[in-house]
Amino acid sequence: MTISQVSFGSHEPVLEVKDLTVKYIGDTRSTTAVDRVSFSIGTGEVFGLAGESGCGKSTIANSIMRLLKDPAKIAGGSVSFGGKDVLAMSPEELRRFRWQDVAMVFQSAMNSLNPVLTIGEQIVDIFTTHAGYSRKESLRRAGELLELVRIDPARLKSYPHQLSGGMRQRAVIAMAVALKPSLLILDEPTTALDVVVQQEIMAQIKELQRELGFSVLFITHDMSLMVELSHRMAVMYGGRIVETAKAQDVYANPRHPYTQALMGAFPPLTGPRVPLTGLPEGVKFRNIPDLTEAAPGHYVAPIGADPSVIDPAPLEGAAR
Amino acid sequence: MTTALLKQPTQPTAVRKPNRSFVHGLLSNKKALTGMAVMLIFIALALLAPVLFPGDPSRITAMASLEPSTEHWLGTTAKGQDVLALTVHGSRSSLFVGLTVGIASTFIGILVGLASAYFGKFIDEALSLVTNVFLLLPGLPLLVILAAFLPPGLGTVILVLVVTGWAGSARVLRSQALSIRSKDFVAAAVVSGERAGRIMFREILPNMASIVMGTLLACVIYGIGAQAGLEFLGLGDVSTVSWGNNLFWAGNEGALLTGSWWVFVPSGVCIALVAFALALINYAVDEVTNPRLRKIKAPATPKNIERSAAK
Amino acid sequence: MRFILRRLGFYLIAFWASITLNFLLPRFMPGDPVSRMFARSQDRMQPEQIEALRKLLGVDDRPLWEQYTDYLHNIFTGQMGVSISRFPTPVTEVISSQIGWTLLLGGTALVVAAVVGNLLGILAAWRRGGAIDSALPPLLVFIGSFPYFWLAMGALYLFGVVLGWFPIRHAFTDGLEPAFTWEFIGDVGAHLVLPALTIVLVSIGGWMLGMRNTMIATNSEDYITMAEAKGLRPGRIMLRYAARNAMLPSVTSFGMGLGFVVGGALLTEVVFAYPGVGYQLLNAVQGLDYPLMQGLFLTITAAVLLANFLVDILYVRLDPRVRSN
Repeated sequence: MTISQVSFGSHEPVLEVKDLTVKYIGDTRSTTAVDRVSFSIGTGEVFGLAGESGCGKSTIANSIMRLLKDPAKIAGGSVSFGGKDVLAMSPEELRRFRWQDVAMVFQSAMNSLNPVLTIGEQIVDIFTTHAGYSRKESLRRAGELLELVRIDPARLKSYPHQLSGGMRQRAVIAMAVALKPSLLILDEPTTALDVVVQQEIMAQIKELQRELGFSVLFITHDMSLMVELSHRMAVMYGGRIVETAKAQDVYANPRHPYTQALMGAFPPLTGPRVPLTGLPEGVKFRNIPDLTEAAPGHYVAPIGADPSVIDPAPLEGAAR
Repeated sequence: MTTALLKQPTQPTAVRKPNRSFVHGLLSNKKALTGMAVMLIFIALALLAPVLFPGDPSRITAMASLEPSTEHWLGTTAKGQDVLALTVHGSRSSLFVGLTVGIASTFIGILVGLASAYFGKFIDEALSLVTNVFLLLPGLPLLVILAAFLPPGLGTVILVLVVTGWAGSARVLRSQALSIRSKDFVAAAVVSGERAGRIMFREILPNMASIVMGTLLACVIYGIGAQAGLEFLGLGDVSTVSWGNNLFWAGNEGALLTGSWWVFVPSGVCIALVAFALALINYAVDEVTNPRLRKIKAPATPKNIERSAAK
Repeated sequence: MRFILRRLGFYLIAFWASITLNFLLPRFMPGDPVSRMFARSQDRMQPEQIEALRKLLGVDDRPLWEQYTDYLHNIFTGQMGVSISRFPTPVTEVISSQIGWTLLLGGTALVVAAVVGNLLGILAAWRRGGAIDSALPPLLVFIGSFPYFWLAMGALYLFGVVLGWFPIRHAFTDGLEPAFTWEFIGDVGAHLVLPALTIVLVSIGGWMLGMRNTMIATNSEDYITMAEAKGLRPGRIMLRYAARNAMLPSVTSFGMGLGFVVGGALLTEVVFAYPGVGYQLLNAVQGLDYPLMQGLFLTITAAVLLANFLVDILYVRLDPRVRSN
């Protein structure tokens, strides 16, 4: 399976994920959370990954940085970053690769900050470990970083619980760009925030992306936000990608019924009010086949050929 | 202390789930099975003691300080009593006191915990204050002065152990009851006008089954250990035969200095075996209800998996 | 600051409760242990000493509240009567001559057990399923199942009587003059080994398992994942991120554990005839020395409460979230 390289900027992909499969190994049986997923992200490109919670988005994000914890295991496929095989890295190589090359903004800033260390200490950590700066130099740079996301550098001495939700998330974003990584993973960065702060944070990220030119893997279930920010995007369902294309194409012409349902589940940001539609009750997709090119650069998992692809049996839905 | 820390308050994994899976989990857990087997042996010995060793175990039947032999498997004391008979008979008092203290302490703990969680506010503040004061007062010195002022006897021992032992279980049960109290189905029961007693005992309590069991086990361990300590200090009823009193007499008759190890080893090992068996069951209860502590973590349903994956 | 004041208030209430308990016990208990005591030792006492003890223990015709205020006044001015078993030494003098040994024994054992136990817990949680994690917990739980005093008896018998490695009784060799010489300190150290070792052995499992379990819970927190994503060195993540957070509940149980350790130290002292307050407490019980029993109980309680208060101050230093609200 190949994915078109209609990437933004350079054609050289920064990140290339091929046939990635992640399993949760249980006592009695294993479950596949991510099933043969492939995509690539070009330099300076913003790639969106959409899908309902539990479809495997975050698992993919964690696999790229090899942060999966037991019982999740990468069962197959490859992840290569700038030509380096991430899955083959030694622990020490992996440690240097993390944050230096790929950084990540987690869902909840409250939970991803250490409650007993000051914001300053948690930024200084990054500089002293990766850049080898002295404490003093690291602190100075940490102050600059906070200014970059418009937080008063005096806040370096604050503990996470002393900041507002929006400030915390901005502090986390500042940490993420500290080493100017070439790829930034945003794992639902605004879910826990109210709408106004969400907008602020997204504007902040856009601005930083323009300034620093990193690529972004943007994970969310909010389709309008995704279309607004991404160049290309993929839609996931049950651990598989069901559709991938330029964000505008997906938005204008969603081809997979699941994508259509997802689009219908969020109100458009502009334009007239439309009634929200979702997936009809009891509809499940199973045994999703590999993608095929439905239009130039627009890949969709085919439906209809195999009767087991759509499983509308409400009985099945109720039994689950 | 071991037992107190062993018991981490666990979140209820699922509210109103059938208890069958809990019992099944316990029965397929090696630790639980080992613990239960040991307990069964001791209970059987305690029940059969009058049959196995008829008559008063503390009567003098042989020469003093005999080493273990085919005639006296565990030797004799400095007075000439059979150590095996003393040990087997001792299990009766020790298990009885442990069980009584455990049940009584847990019962008080349940009442205090439920009342704290259900009524909240002033009642919770007051009960928590009393609980915390009792937790903080050093147990053994309190035990000693209580026992010293009360007339000696089995009733005193049990009373004193319950007075010093209930607070720990009340604290654990209160925090668990509080977390269940905040669940929607309890709120629904309150709104629908169910009576306080019914909500506490029919809605909240059944969801605390595993933690109540853990608390009970911890209290029994406490009861057995503390009884032995109290009796070792000579504060029990020295005329009864129990593991603690056996050790008191062993110390008093200088078993250590004369090298009669067989006099003090059996009763101590029995206390340890019972406490360890109960701790194993307790630990198994924890593992069954808190999958995080298990070696191989296996949330087998896809729903659980995705939830932990999305974290 | 408000946290500290609230805790202080709580400890004062607890102390008041124990004083009141002390006051009520001899007055409301069935039987009359106090008159038994007087019957045994009256002939040795001066009339005014008898009078003072009668008041202290409630053989007194005044109204209860008057007795109570008088009692409180006596306690806070340090008048706890004279000891019967060590007649005519005042109770306060008996206690102050012994409490140092208990502090030495209990303190050493507590610190060693807490430090080593917590470190083992950290390592066990960090290497789940490793050697430390699979072998030590069951072993330590098993050892922890033995009564303190029985383990003390075993250690005394094995290392003292049979092997003769360590002295088996008292805090220093009889006839040695207490002084700040290496000889004396070494002697005290040798006498400390066995009693301290038993307390450490019994209590270390609780520390280790408690720390292990909180570490495991902490390890699944998002900030640990973030620290890993940040590419920090494993040692730093383990100590500054995981252990630093996991130790907070451990610090709280340090205060709670204190009560247990004091109890254990008391029993251990009895076995080794170690001249601390625990050994004295047993002597007091056997000699029906009620004034001394009460004095010891109050002293031990006060010490435990004070230690808990110090732990609270430490906790505030460690958890910034408590500091601000």
